Amino acid sequence: MSRIFVAGLGAVSPAGWNVAALRAALDRGEPLPVQPLERPGGDKSLRTRLVPAPATRPGFLAHPRLRRTSPITHYTAAAALDAVAGLRALRAEKIRLGLVVCQQAGCVHYSCRFFDEVLKDPATASPLLFPETVYAAPASHVAALLEDVTLANTLVGDPASFLQGAALGIRWLEENTVDACLIIGVEETNWILADALWHLDRPAVITGGAGAICLSLDPALSIGVALETITDVHSYRASTSRTQAAQAMRKQLPASSTVELLCDGLSDSPRTDAAERAAWLDWTGPRLSPKRVLGEGLMAAAAWQCVAACDLVSAGRFPAANISLVGSNQQAIGARFRWSRPGISDLSPVTRAGNITP
Amino acid sequence: MLFPFPPTSAPPPRVVITGAGIVTALGLGWKPNAEGFRLGRPAFRPVSLFDVSRQRVKTAAEVDLPDALPPTGLSRRQLARLDRAGKMLLLAANEAWQQAGWKPVNDVPLVLGTTAGGMSLGEDYFRQAVQSPGRHRRQPTRAIHYQPQVQARMVLDALGFNGPITIISNACASGSNAIGHAWNLVRCGQAECALAGGYDALSLLVFAGFDALQALSPTICRPFDARRDGLALGEGAALVALETLEHAQRRNAPILGELIGYGTTIDRHHLTQPQPEGNAALTAMNLACDAARLGPKDVDYINAHGTGTVLNDSSEASAISRWAGPRAATLPVSSTKASIGHLLGAAGAVEAVICLMALREQWLPAQAAFETPDPACNFPIVRQPRDAQVKVALSNSFGFGGVNATLILRRWI
Repeated sequence: MSRIFVAGLGAVSPAGWNVAALRAALDRGEPLPVQPLERPGGDKSLRTRLVPAPATRPGFLAHPRLRRTSPITHYTAAAALDAVAGLRALRAEKIRLGLVVCQQAGCVHYSCRFFDEVLKDPATASPLLFPETVYAAPASHVAALLEDVTLANTLVGDPASFLQGAALGIRWLEENTVDACLIIGVEETNWILADALWHLDRPAVITGGAGAICLSLDPALSIGVALETITDVHSYRASTSRTQAAQAMRKQLPASSTVELLCDGLSDSPRTDAAERAAWLDWTGPRLSPKRVLGEGLMAAAAWQCVAACDLVSAGRFPAANISLVGSNQQAIGARFRWSRPGISDLSPVTRAGNITP
Repeated sequence: MLFPFPPTSAPPPRVVITGAGIVTALGLGWKPNAEGFRLGRPAFRPVSLFDVSRQRVKTAAEVDLPDALPPTGLSRRQLARLDRAGKMLLLAANEAWQQAGWKPVNDVPLVLGTTAGGMSLGEDYFRQAVQSPGRHRRQPTRAIHYQPQVQARMVLDALGFNGPITIISNACASGSNAIGHAWNLVRCGQAECALAGGYDALSLLVFAGFDALQALSPTICRPFDARRDGLALGEGAALVALETLEHAQRRNAPILGELIGYGTTIDRHHLTQPQPEGNAALTAMNLACDAARLGPKDVDYINAHGTGTVLNDSSEASAISRWAGPRAATLPVSSTKASIGHLLGAAGAVEAVICLMALREQWLPAQAAFETPDPACNFPIVRQPRDAQVKVALSNSFGFGGVNATLILRRWI
């Protein structure tokens, strides 16, 4: 059995365009400001947490492939570049990079714009927009941007699919088809996504962004974190409720610990949270719920959970972190990351982050 | 556990196909499709599903769905929520499942490729949200059932099995990638059997998109023809039941064929245009051959991606010619998209089942509408129905965004 190391992290979120901004926002623990979202027809007010404009225009936007792209590709690119920066600094030679991009809603900006044009008059709908509506567009653009991508896949599913993406990347690593693999969870948001969420989970605040983890077999590339476990996939069915699936996932992760972190997907949305809350009733240790600060980022939120947990473990603030992904309509999957530095067997002392409960 | 992976035994097990389900404009199920593909019968007609009066192109290969779906474990309420894509998916899955003779069990991965999932529901959602913003009836249901993973869950409930669902959306390579991914899961010991394939239904957004790109043929779809002028769209679904040879033999299951190779790569050249020499396509074919441990001389038929666009076919022709070398001159190639159009996320899976038909029934799928050979294509196009000895068939799928996939299937005697 191979050991899998985390070689880099990347994040774009309502907190900003890097992992440091994500970390700072989660440490503060205050929900980020909510903005109103204009909706055609305007019969109800929609809310969102916008990703702020970057302080300076990202250099990657000058790449010819990214000129006409929508925010979902920008977020994917920024998170990817963030996550491979350390890898590229350590490895002078060319590497074979795998890329797994996971989405739930996908390219909603251009899909809505294009379909709106089609409804008005299909004869004049823009041919420039349509290719950008495809789920695979961000992976394609980012593969071109990074240049060393040799294998890419786009997975669609509920947010727990992010860990399926990680398992796929690990498979590629173990088959030696890639030297490192980027797993990216990404979403962009607009009024229609906010509208859909209003129907399904009224208290939730929709947001966009991306989270990326770079995995490698090489301990020398590690940021001090190893991926220890990804649980089974616990699918929801007519005969298996979301609550039952969440509990089955929880049983495959370690017992409650006072020093390990639980990074969950709770969002202060009672109905949506119920299954996950019930599954982790026994957990009395430290707990981090990024969605409470950042909002409902769908697949991006799942990625932020992993990125935030790995960041805290890498910084020595926890010896291990458990991830709980109880997806909206497909499955529950969990994972466990732990501190791992070559030649150092244990981690102490433990310093907790500011807003982490209890 | 998804990770760590279970300990593997070397070498990987052989993976066979014991069930296949197919839905295309040629019909529902193996028999009408085999008859149609053998003859190279075209199935295009004027689009009736949505208004195309303002489009350049007005035809596609539409599926005639049955009035009632076969009895499954779905409740009346669940059945009422299936859209066109979900129905085609269910029909194909049910046929594959029944043919395989599988019983309801746990831990059967379901791996699906799609580009649009329940797009028609998404379109309905958008229309109502824009045109009647104060009306919310049916919007929550549309928002949920539009998502492909929810359609996939219907398959689990319908057939009574459980297992992880994976949705791959690599544009037009999705179906092949789904089958290839499932093949890998079985080979590496993560599952003994898996149900895999692809599905996509015609939708206004996608039709208008290809029309806006002027990628649709205003005449007829003629892959590899010197006068080709674009692709035609179709819809459908295909799924295959994969299992280890040992598992199939243990239960005395009839074996339809063996999946022996899979290769996938990414072409970073352009979002919608392949690299002109087909470098990534060539790599995908070579990787699949390496996995299958065979070379061009061993392949008896290629089901080409062959969309009928100028750029795709010239790139693929270059890749096939370079890959096959001297064998190209005698290697039969056809594109069945000339009969049923481009099925996007379903294409690779449907074409894998067509290869299976050719291997089972020993004929070569004829290509409808091929008149003027393109000098760049130095391989023979199968123009007339004919019987042939087909032991190994190769299927290519190349997607928007650049993901390429090749599957290789072998006859089972």
